[in-house]
Amino acid sequence: MENILQQIGIENYIYLSTLLFCVGVFGVLFRRNAIVMFMSIEIMLNAVNLLLVAFSTYHQDAAGQVFVFFSMAVAAAEVAVGLAILVAIYRNLNNIDIDSLKKLKG
Amino acid sequence: MTTLIAIAGLGIICLIAEIFNLRKAIVPVTIIGLLAILCLNLVNIPGVHVANLNMEQRSFYNNMIIQNNYGTLFSSLFIVLTTFLVALSPDFHKEHKAKLSDFISIKLFLLAGAVAMVSFGNMAMFFLGIEILSISLYVLAASEPKNVSSNEAGMKYFLMGSFASGLILFGIALIYGATGAFDIAAIYEAVSTGAAKGWFFPGVVLLTIGLLFKIAAVPFHFWAPDVYEGSPALTTATMSTLAKVAAMAAFYKLMRGINLEVPGTYVTVLIIVSVLSMFVGNLTALKQNNVKRMLAFSGISHAGFMLMVFLNPPVTAGTLFYYAAAYTLAGIAAFAVVISVCGDKRNEDSFKFNGLGKTNPLMAAVLTSALLSMAGIPIFSGFFAKFFLFNQALKAGQVAIVIIAVVNSIISVGYYFKLILAMYTKESTEEKQAVPFAYTAVAVVAILLNILLGIFPDMVLAYL
Repeated sequence: MENILQQIGIENYIYLSTLLFCVGVFGVLFRRNAIVMFMSIEIMLNAVNLLLVAFSTYHQDAAGQVFVFFSMAVAAAEVAVGLAILVAIYRNLNNIDIDSLKKLKG
Repeated sequence: MTTLIAIAGLGIICLIAEIFNLRKAIVPVTIIGLLAILCLNLVNIPGVHVANLNMEQRSFYNNMIIQNNYGTLFSSLFIVLTTFLVALSPDFHKEHKAKLSDFISIKLFLLAGAVAMVSFGNMAMFFLGIEILSISLYVLAASEPKNVSSNEAGMKYFLMGSFASGLILFGIALIYGATGAFDIAAIYEAVSTGAAKGWFFPGVVLLTIGLLFKIAAVPFHFWAPDVYEGSPALTTATMSTLAKVAAMAAFYKLMRGINLEVPGTYVTVLIIVSVLSMFVGNLTALKQNNVKRMLAFSGISHAGFMLMVFLNPPVTAGTLFYYAAAYTLAGIAAFAVVISVCGDKRNEDSFKFNGLGKTNPLMAAVLTSALLSMAGIPIFSGFFAKFFLFNQALKAGQVAIVIIAVVNSIISVGYYFKLILAMYTKESTEEKQAVPFAYTAVAVVAILLNILLGIFPDMVLAYL
């Protein structure tokens, strides 16, 4: 029996992940709300997770799936720190618009 | 391997010490612990000349960690730098005594990340190392929650850093897809036998872009000046010395590890990045008034110089280490003086340095030496670092790049001397203030190590 990966083709997985990754990249570059930017970063990381899992099945190798655990744990730690910074900003400025952060220039 | 475990253990001991009310003991214990770990680490270096990066290595945990001279020497440099940074901490954070254990343990975890970044044998370890380093730095950059500049620096660093991590992760995923392995040796094997698929090269490019973000090379440098200026001065010192060099060392090791024959176009792109970094860094630094910002741009130009090692990769591991050591030791000395002059008043404009030559001759002399070393004036190791670097670029036949680099060294003298002249010729506007012993000690020891390295370059070059 053919598995699902062979039916769909690895290329399509790569296209899908690249597309998702680009959605994340454009979100980080063009959205001005910090929470939405965090979500975009999460989309980027999850696009990679999808790609890793697809490749893991493609190579019949569990290492890729184990790597996804690492990357999920790291993403969680990263967002925890990011949200803490965001709370500090909200306490000082009363908003989370990234454009209001323009004290440093030169 | 023991180094990594010992560093992480020391970090946990710091956190536990706070619970048991041993706050006074934290800094001395950490410094003694770090020096002990340094000795433990140096034992790994064999006494013989080892020419090749890949020779004389031992691996642990299924090749997760690979111990060779490259990793051991860079780890030793990182441990020395962290010792300095820890020694600066108690006076710098004297208004937040309750948080001292947090600051110290985060620095130790950061060191663990840096050590993992130079001794990895597997992409998983590389990624974890780079993330441990980055996340610790996000926390440190935003470590003054009531200060809007620190918030802004933390936020910008966090966004840029996690964006870069995303790119690195995507690169790793593509490389895994192309070769079916995370292990560096297996990837090398797949690439050299031609088994790697077409996704390999896009993966390497994404990985490179992510790492160029981390070392703040042009055109991925725009975050650096803002983040350096906004962060607390001690964090800026950490970022511009430890973090930059760790990312550079990891970049070099990774590229040596996975690329058998680096394609010509790839090297050309890296060289263009290197030249751009030098010019943009140096020319923008000329018109900066804030010293931290000036050092940030100077750091960008030094990243450009360090990228020159890719002109002739097989023989430049020693040069990279030497340059990194010279630059970071001078950087630590310079930042120790900057911190002692500006304190925690969060204003590092260069007029504060006016007349420092009269009010505090020792610190002025140290800052002068550090800046001269960065500019590349003889007897300081910065000169020999540039000398070896240019020499190897010449051997690779890249005369044009060397001429550009020399021109840039001359431009950099301009802004370094602006500060030096201000210290010795202008009248002081600030009243004299007592400098804590730790600042003086760190500044003097760092600059002495720098000069020692300049007089005896073989001390480190013989091992790489």
